[in-house]
Amino acid sequence: MSVTIPAPRSQRIDPKYKRGPKSRGSFEMLAWLFMRLSGVVLIVLIFGHLFANLMVGEGISGIGFGFVAGKWASPIWQFWDLAMLWLAMLHGTNGVRTIINDYAEKHATRAWLKGILYVATIFIIVLGSLVIFTFDPCVAGSQLQQCL
Amino acid sequence: MSKTSSGTLYRGHEGMWSWVGHRVTGVVIFLYLLVHVLDTAMVRVDANAYDAIISTYQTPWMALGETGLVAAILFHAFNGLRLILVDFWKQGTKYQRQMLWGVLILWVIVFAGFAIRHLSIAFGSH
Repeated sequence: MSVTIPAPRSQRIDPKYKRGPKSRGSFEMLAWLFMRLSGVVLIVLIFGHLFANLMVGEGISGIGFGFVAGKWASPIWQFWDLAMLWLAMLHGTNGVRTIINDYAEKHATRAWLKGILYVATIFIIVLGSLVIFTFDPCVAGSQLQQCL
Repeated sequence: MSKTSSGTLYRGHEGMWSWVGHRVTGVVIFLYLLVHVLDTAMVRVDANAYDAIISTYQTPWMALGETGLVAAILFHAFNGLRLILVDFWKQGTKYQRQMLWGVLILWVIVFAGFAIRHLSIAFGSH
């Protein structure tokens, strides 16, 4: 014996059965995972950056336009710095996003602070990427041999 | 904070203070990162302007600031590895306290190495 239950004819769902404000899906889980994966990669990138720039040779005394031009003549350091820029900015932005969510209680305050954060993040990532990709060793004021 | 806060596993103990340290160092590093991309961007504008900005980083006072920044980076890095172990290693939560002491010992050793080299360059005569 079977009972056939007809499909509901109404498209309307009683509001009390609706899921609360639209689901964020797995975004927060992916953000959590990203912090751990990018964190490990950033340790390698930033320790390498600090060692190459501050510990070997003349350390900070040796840094100047010529030093940067020398490094970015190599595609390896260009890629290194680009990866470091993107990962560090996204890692830091997600960290500050978490802090804003924790401490800013009013909805409007949270929205404003995160809006400012995202604008700053996009600006810095775009600016930094352009600087790496369009670097010109013979920019104004350059004293490098090949530019004189 | 409640007056009767004794008896909690978290509040006022290693777990809470490492969390506070991770947040504070994270914000400090992020703010420096914004400034650091802006100062590096000067290489695209004028070589002399870039050198002028970098020369401010080469003064003794700024060298102390850089040493503080690296202290923050090293803590954030080593405590971050501890956090990953707490999340992914089966025994992580059991040994989180011992791992924090491991983080601090590693931090002291690596930081001492960095500080000696960096400060002797920045305060040295060459």
